[in-house]
Amino acid sequence: MRCTRCRGQEACLEVRRHNAAFCEDCFLAFFRDQVTRAIEHHKMFRRDEPVLVAVSGGKDSLALWDVLLDLGYDATGFYIGLGIPGYSEPSREKCEAFAARRHARLIVTDLEADYGLGIAETARRTMRTPCSACGLSKRYLFNKVAQEHGFRVIATGHNLDDEAATLFGNVLRWQTGYLGRQAPVLAEEDGFIRKVKPLYRLAEREMAAYCVLRGIDYIVDECPMSKGAKSLLFKDVLNQLEAVSPGTKQAFLFGFLEKVQPLFAQHEAVTLRPCTQCGQPTTAELCAFCRLRAEVAQPKRRRGRRGPQRAAPSPDGVTGPPAPALAES
Amino acid sequence: MRVLLRHPERREIEIAGRRRVGELLAELGLQPEAYLVIRDNRLLTRDALLEETDTIEVRPVVSGGAA
Repeated sequence: MRCTRCRGQEACLEVRRHNAAFCEDCFLAFFRDQVTRAIEHHKMFRRDEPVLVAVSGGKDSLALWDVLLDLGYDATGFYIGLGIPGYSEPSREKCEAFAARRHARLIVTDLEADYGLGIAETARRTMRTPCSACGLSKRYLFNKVAQEHGFRVIATGHNLDDEAATLFGNVLRWQTGYLGRQAPVLAEEDGFIRKVKPLYRLAEREMAAYCVLRGIDYIVDECPMSKGAKSLLFKDVLNQLEAVSPGTKQAFLFGFLEKVQPLFAQHEAVTLRPCTQCGQPTTAELCAFCRLRAEVAQPKRRRGRRGPQRAAPSPDGVTGPPAPALAES
Repeated sequence: MRVLLRHPERREIEIAGRRRVGELLAELGLQPEAYLVIRDNRLLTRDALLEETDTIEVRPVVSGGAA
């Protein structure tokens, strides 16, 4: 199979939704073009604006960090140790090795050591799913740590598959609040910094391919805590559709962003105020993260008849859906 | 050929005979969208021919969880 772009070299990767196949050089050019297009079209950040990049040691976030550095952006990595035995340590090592290789700055914080909230233990004590506790904690720390270090924007490695799977899950249950806030850019407001997703135009497979071609050593194995996560099921269903009808995932997500999301976003005005404990923005007296810490600090409860506690939808972005697939990438 | 699989757990299998990448994935019951096939650190497209003597990695690309 020949590259459909330069028509000279042997192709290394098909991108069927674009009816294309690329050689190594043309794929890297395509990848950078898609990221640039996302950043510029949505005015995610300026070229001279420092960007904090949430990195996990996985393919998406390291690919994001790499491509931003390559495009000349002032990108600092931010790693959160999640306290997942056998997984968090190698993840951190991948981030540190990448930072050293690229001479880039990496900020590290540790949920277990700094906040007493290792994900495995937190999930066990609060009867949340690990992905719910993880997502909640990450969203909180993204905002807090970015502010502490003077950043006004944080970039996450959410890709097309992550976003399509999240959308699919939220549509299945008509989570209108979440639908109103699913966008490539969440603007800065009332104590929340800007959050951006420069990879949303690129598929998960393209992230892995980019890392292979760029020689990025990422953690290939799946997070042991995500076994049975709904996001994996949603991705599987969408990939089955994609195999029969290439372009389905992109049409689903892009159509939503263009035609539907603005309608839900209009109904999402809420009042935010500082958490009485930590000062981070929230709709309640205590933010979801401080409530989680309080819950973990309490003596362990027995599982009630109603089963695991669910996070209530909250527009502050601190309490999230127990679902999909976002940036542990 | 030797095929390294990583999902659901890491294991190695032997497959006899030549075949194309697309045929190998179909035989293994794997979705092409969810895997990369890599030989000697090079990515392979569906039509690439795999030889009996090759060592191949079938690398999953799907990650889940929350953020």
